Amino acid sequence: MIETRNFRIARAIVLTALSIFIAVPLYVILSTSFKPLKDVSGVFRWIPETLTIQPYIDMWTTVPLARYFSNSIIVTVTATVLSVIIAVLAAYAVARLSFRGKKPFTLIVLSTQMFPGILFLLPLFLMFTQIRTSTGLQLQGTLGGLIVTYLTFTLPFAIWMLSGYFAAIPAALEEAAMIDGTSRLGALWHVVLPVAKPGIIAVAVYSFITAWSEVLFASVLTNESTKTLAVGLRAYASQSDVLWNQLMAASVTLSLPVLIAFILVQKHLVAGLASGAVK
Amino acid sequence: MSQPTVVAGPPETDPPTKTPPSPPITADDQTPYVVEEPRKPKRSKLGYALVAPAAFMELFIHIIPMLLGVWIAFLGLTQLNITNWTTAPFVGLQNFINGLDPRGTIGQQFFETLGRTLLYTIIVVGLSWVLGMAAAVFLNSAFRGRAILRTFFLVPYALPGFVTTIAWAFMFNQRDGAVNQVLVDTLHLFGDDRPFWLLGSNSFIAMIIVNVWQLWPFAFLMLMAALQTIPSEVYEAASLDGASLWKQFRRITLPMIKPANAILLLVTSLWTFNQFNVPYVLFGQSSPKEATLLSPLIYQNSFVSWNFGLGGAMSVLLLIALLGASLVYIRLVLKNSGEDND
Repeated sequence: MIETRNFRIARAIVLTALSIFIAVPLYVILSTSFKPLKDVSGVFRWIPETLTIQPYIDMWTTVPLARYFSNSIIVTVTATVLSVIIAVLAAYAVARLSFRGKKPFTLIVLSTQMFPGILFLLPLFLMFTQIRTSTGLQLQGTLGGLIVTYLTFTLPFAIWMLSGYFAAIPAALEEAAMIDGTSRLGALWHVVLPVAKPGIIAVAVYSFITAWSEVLFASVLTNESTKTLAVGLRAYASQSDVLWNQLMAASVTLSLPVLIAFILVQKHLVAGLASGAVK
Repeated sequence: MSQPTVVAGPPETDPPTKTPPSPPITADDQTPYVVEEPRKPKRSKLGYALVAPAAFMELFIHIIPMLLGVWIAFLGLTQLNITNWTTAPFVGLQNFINGLDPRGTIGQQFFETLGRTLLYTIIVVGLSWVLGMAAAVFLNSAFRGRAILRTFFLVPYALPGFVTTIAWAFMFNQRDGAVNQVLVDTLHLFGDDRPFWLLGSNSFIAMIIVNVWQLWPFAFLMLMAALQTIPSEVYEAASLDGASLWKQFRRITLPMIKPANAILLLVTSLWTFNQFNVPYVLFGQSSPKEATLLSPLIYQNSFVSWNFGLGGAMSVLLLIALLGASLVYIRLVLKNSGEDND
């Protein structure tokens, strides 16, 4: 676009306004997390009077934050790894092989990623109840059960994104390997996966981020000992008051891993998302 | 971000980019690559084996739950028989009649919520699109600090939604929140009354602001990528002809990103229409009645007032509506990524 003076002025105004819009909540989170408790009750002060790291120390003992943390990590990492493994196989088949039922399979994968968790929550809840009654296997309230429900959104996304990545890799690469005597699975393992690595990592990171932020399933299907961070943070609010400074300190702490992961793979993630495979 | 380096195409079509010169490849959609003389049954078997784990999981987490969801809409399911739900009585259309009759109180609430959710979706998606578009257009021009801003604008998208919603809840706090600090204490906009933002009709506005804050970076991201596919010569030619920037935007930018726009608007509309996290984290289990959306209403019926059949009936209607929308989405995605891959 050819830049006129008006264009530059408009650009400066719009981008400044948007930056402020983004920055204000981030500033509130950060500054509150370094305030002593007496400074967070009462009207909000933009310039903190005292700065302290005490909230970052106290937050671990006020609520069982470490347990929520480990629950979140177990659930998120397992769901991510599981869905990536299952999705790599399925996506490769979808991208490269022909088999009957391929079309319905892709249609189901594509459409279910548009459905909200609320549609699956109650049925899964009832299925878990039924499984316990008939087999004694406890899923509701366990991390294992939660992992299964997280696959409802990580798996279709991973299959769809990865089949796109695989389809974009020239098939000649595997063909060459197969002419050299490698099996198709061997070609997938030795040729396709290394090439697709950035895409796989991006998909894994995105699944990780979505699972890390999940609220609905976690709020119904966990109990006191299996709560994840997303619902566990409520514990900073008591009947009478909310420990905002510790809550914000915990928020900063639990946001850092996903923020860093996002920035690291941003380029690949953005490319994949932007090229048509959304969510 | 640079040009999309990895292209997510539809599984059905051949990767049209970087087609290897040899061996020759058929353009047939159904048989992607014929290398040597592959024995068809063997190939199919491997396909089934690779898809099997995914198909099993899809069956367990999506297909059976959806069928079950439809089935329980016809059951008299309450907190009394929930643990033994297979024995719940079949009540036919009773849940639909009780829950969705516009003359009854519950039905009235349902249709009001539906209308509110649609309005909410239009406002949130519209605002997010405008902000995303503005950011994308201006960041598509070269200036210092552009790369930093581009990453910074994606931060709300990367942060866990519940974290930023909690932060907004803190800011909207009536007594000591940052919003009232600015509006009341600094700008003296409401006299001495500090308005409540998380109660009453203001809660709808608060919920919109929070959702737009989280959503617009996604619109920005998608639009930015779409804009980069437009060659700059087109603009240069247009400005030589004396077309104003606004005219260039309307005549070149908008038409050329139409497919990406369609997908973006549909996807963000579906997400917003299904929004659960923002109201749940902002208001708790029950939203103020002026700010109740559809997903939270179903949740409330099912897990707060234990009226599972009613929640099920509402879910079925939602499911039907979303099936229609996702069919449109699938058509758009398949068509669009077919065109985009060059």
